[in-house]
Amino acid sequence: MSALQVTWFFLIGVLLVGYAILDGFDLGVGIWHLFTKTDKDRRTLLNAIGPVWDGNEVWLLTAGGAIFAAFPHVYATVFSGLYLALMLVLFALIFRAVSLEFRSKMPSPGWRKTWDVAFAVGSILPALLFGVAMGNILRGLPLSESKDFAGTFFGLLNPYALLIGLLGLAMFATHGATYIVLKTEGELAKRARGWAGKAWTAYLALFIVAVVATMITQPQLLANCKAMPFLWVVPVIALVAIVVTGVLTRKGQAGPAFVWSALSIAGLMAMCGTGIFPNVVPALNDPELSLTIMNASSSPLTLKVMLIVALIGMPLVLIYTAWVYRVFSGKVQLTADSY
Amino acid sequence: MDAVLLSRIQFGLTAGFHFIFPPLTIGMAWLILWIMTRYKNTGDAFYRNMARFWIKLFTVSFVVGVATGITMEFQFGTNWSNYSRYVGDIFGAPLAAEGILSFFLESTFLGVLIFGWGRVSRKTLWFASLMVAIGATLSAFWIIVANSWQQTPAGYVIRNGRAELTDFWAAVFNPSTVPRYLHVVDGCLMTGAFFVLGVSAWYLLKRRHIEFAQSSLRLALVLAFVSSVVQLPIGHYSGQQVARTQPEKLAAMEGIFKTQRRAPSLVFGVPDMKNEVVRAKIAIPGMLSWMAFGDVDAEVKGLEAFDKDMRPPMPYTFYTFRLMVMLGFGLIALTTLGLFLLWRKTLYGNRLFLRLALWSIPLPFIANEFGWFSAELGRQPWAVYHELLTSDAASPTVPAAQILFSIIMFSLIYSLLFAVWLFLIRREIQHGPEEEQATGGEAVAREVPA
Repeated sequence: MSALQVTWFFLIGVLLVGYAILDGFDLGVGIWHLFTKTDKDRRTLLNAIGPVWDGNEVWLLTAGGAIFAAFPHVYATVFSGLYLALMLVLFALIFRAVSLEFRSKMPSPGWRKTWDVAFAVGSILPALLFGVAMGNILRGLPLSESKDFAGTFFGLLNPYALLIGLLGLAMFATHGATYIVLKTEGELAKRARGWAGKAWTAYLALFIVAVVATMITQPQLLANCKAMPFLWVVPVIALVAIVVTGVLTRKGQAGPAFVWSALSIAGLMAMCGTGIFPNVVPALNDPELSLTIMNASSSPLTLKVMLIVALIGMPLVLIYTAWVYRVFSGKVQLTADSY
Repeated sequence: MDAVLLSRIQFGLTAGFHFIFPPLTIGMAWLILWIMTRYKNTGDAFYRNMARFWIKLFTVSFVVGVATGITMEFQFGTNWSNYSRYVGDIFGAPLAAEGILSFFLESTFLGVLIFGWGRVSRKTLWFASLMVAIGATLSAFWIIVANSWQQTPAGYVIRNGRAELTDFWAAVFNPSTVPRYLHVVDGCLMTGAFFVLGVSAWYLLKRRHIEFAQSSLRLALVLAFVSSVVQLPIGHYSGQQVARTQPEKLAAMEGIFKTQRRAPSLVFGVPDMKNEVVRAKIAIPGMLSWMAFGDVDAEVKGLEAFDKDMRPPMPYTFYTFRLMVMLGFGLIALTTLGLFLLWRKTLYGNRLFLRLALWSIPLPFIANEFGWFSAELGRQPWAVYHELLTSDAASPTVPAAQILFSIIMFSLIYSLLFAVWLFLIRREIQHGPEEEQATGGEAVAREVPA
């Protein structure tokens, strides 16, 4: 196990956390889209994410590229193994992207309604399936000697993975609702506070159920925590962040609630990371077949080169992304340029 | 049907569809930057409306490019997992670099360019358009790096049953990267320029938005002419690289069966695969030897020099290459005529030229696709030239039925996207740019001075 391999496990975690937090609220907004009724409210929601969703989605593309570059066997096994599921995610993301852009181009209610549905489904499906995929990886995939996936599509729809899928959906719904509260005013903000409260209840409940289910059915995920007890701080942070998100939402402190919601997502992802490390894809059938950061990684030179690229590029990305968020901070105002 | 063939069909379909959009937006991005520069310097509402109109068309096209681009990045893993294992050490890096160094830049600043009007200064809007153009053009670089490494792999060693990186810069600047990048980016400029040229011509034909259309037409014509003419030496340079490093591809592109000196360049011909001769040919003797190697007596390898199952599929490679070249010459002729008319000061009233310009909009798109066909078909049967066969590159675990299902879904979804895109583009064009009096002072009042 080299320091470079550990670093890349961590960096891909960072990219996935970045994606889950940033595009997470886009997906979350999409989850609530059909709960609004008027065209003005829907436009407000779309414009709340309008200037930033595309940049947010690049986190997913970059994470995909980074997995390909750093752990090619993981990329190959997972992407081919989860073929149908990923195709569904792709179709959904395609519809989400174009519906954002296409919807505003025509005033006709039928046209808008069509893209509203496409946007909502295109958001809900990935929000659910990302969690299902994560659940399957936590539980382990059936793998063959040649590092290939040896299971079936329906095998992926096991109760544990579906539970994690629902947890992910509740997480994105909570995150999206707190974002809507942050970006809107008046009646819409008030309703979004209601959504955030409901989603949060589900989020907390599913988190507790998932933790208990993991302790009972997936004890292998606790091995790292047992070996290094200070790692218990990770689930504690996640739990605290979830609770604080709910408290702050109730108090009406939209900004801090959103930050804590983001922190809870990071906490959950960190739990997944500490659970599987040093595996990247644990094998369900035989631990010996697991894809680890050792046997699935690229050569040291590639890892080094990519680390340099990331160290140069990502700080710049963070700087101009932060600047763009500042430019578009504040409540949504609909203008001639809006969706 | 077998899974490898289905995966090839799916990749061809999705990449071919995706490749409609980035060339258009990359080319348009530079035209928009030019207009934004004029706007930054003058503050003239005329340039503001002009920029905003083209940005609208840019955005509708960009989003289809983004949506279909996600497919491309996932597909190496989903359909070509053996390929991904084999080349991941090298091929993944440019894809990740594309995200980190280019696509973030383009996507993030595009948000500012679309939604920033009235929020940020003219200078900042201009800067955003610069970043969009640079980001888009750099994106193309990393994608071409990855694809060129498949054509002419370099900077690696075969170890642990896969290609492992030994020299990053040698892999990035492998023998075909630079010629192919220049060739593709210039093709992008042509695509964007002919699009703007044709749309502007349509307004002049309809006698609408005259001042806007004349200004856009002139700008686009200059870029269309320069990029078309420059494509001659660049295309030649690219062809020489193929001759040096991929002789069987050259033979397939040029219709050369027999290894020969004074190899001819075929203006026209019909390859007869059974008898391995080209029929009905119009040939310029020695021309190919001269173009490929700078010497009319140079030997050009024919397909006969390669095992039958190691040859690229000749007729397709041959025809698509020829059509691309012919389209290129046609576009040079058209823009030369346009410049002549501009010099004679009869350009804006010449309805024949305007009509030709309008109908030329699809031609660079078609040339792009043909060029890409001939480049990738000419690489066959290899996924990585002389290292990994396409037939060994596919995912071993994905059942053919699932791929068939995804092909059907992609076909349906992409057809829908294409129809809606065309419909919206047409609608935006028919609606036309904002006129100063139509929007009134409100838009101006919102604006923060530079």
